[in-house]
Amino acid sequence: MQIILNGKPIEINDCLKACDLGDYDIFVRNGYGIDSKSQLCDGDSIVAVKKGQMPNEDNLKQMLFARNGQVFSKKLDKACVCICGLGGLGSNIAAMLARAGVGKLILVDFDIVDPTNLNRQNYFVQDIGFKKTFATQRLLKQINPFIKTVTYDMYLNSENCVEIANNADVVVEAFDNPACKAELVNTILASTNKIVVAASGMAGIGSGNIIKTSKVLNRLYLCGDSETETKEGVSLVSPRVNICAGHQANTVIRLLLGETEC
Amino acid sequence: MIKVNGELKNLDSISLLDYLNNNGYNVKVVAVELNGEIIKKSEYVNTCLHDGDSVEIVSFVGGG
Repeated sequence: MQIILNGKPIEINDCLKACDLGDYDIFVRNGYGIDSKSQLCDGDSIVAVKKGQMPNEDNLKQMLFARNGQVFSKKLDKACVCICGLGGLGSNIAAMLARAGVGKLILVDFDIVDPTNLNRQNYFVQDIGFKKTFATQRLLKQINPFIKTVTYDMYLNSENCVEIANNADVVVEAFDNPACKAELVNTILASTNKIVVAASGMAGIGSGNIIKTSKVLNRLYLCGDSETETKEGVSLVSPRVNICAGHQANTVIRLLLGETEC
Repeated sequence: MIKVNGELKNLDSISLLDYLNNNGYNVKVVAVELNGEIIKKSEYVNTCLHDGDSVEIVSFVGGG
């Protein structure tokens, strides 16, 4: 019978188990980790990994996305998402989408990383002083060297956002300032046919359970509690910002896979 | 009757801009859909809400 092992078709005898394939520690079939004693079936696609060993480039890509499942991966690999703002939301959304296997990200931010960002944004001490676009791009390549990125180190506004967003399948609003959020959302919805996944209300340390995703306009999904704004005494704290970023990233993935309900 | 964010309201015809200002919305931080169509901010003043209209107003708060 024939199976695919790490992307290559091979002929094997019937009745073989995963452990018979060679000196591997981890076996993944259809996005699910299987036991080494599992019986192999004709047509199986198996990703097999030896722990502690750096795979070659061909195998690495297979292994990176083995746990995402193949149908899923193929669709996401062809997708392009524009992330507007690389702060607490955008920097974390970018990393999540890269891990999920989104093929191309357009990254837009005008700012540079400073020490006050590190409480919630996906940066490190080594990034301080670097452009957020550069630091995010550098991190994404560490997560997934195969991801395509386009960066725009610029202040996004109603004059320039349409041209940039038009190249994406889905647009993520990840700004901090509410007037900028509204300006971006209004412009993209009015001047393109793109879907926007935006955020509003994730400050403070309120329950994570009240952060939710709603389809609030025809092409606008909104994540957050819709109320809790940042102000003196109400800060942005990593877990709650990440919950909201997770909602946005999850919504993007669902939309790319054709799931339009919240 | 005009439906605003799913709630029926008994309103006389009014401009969208006046409705937003009279109801505590900050025009700078909203996005508005009238009968399924996004309304540009510059058109708020010229857009009149009529009987039977359906309006969705989204307001953004700061943080991200």
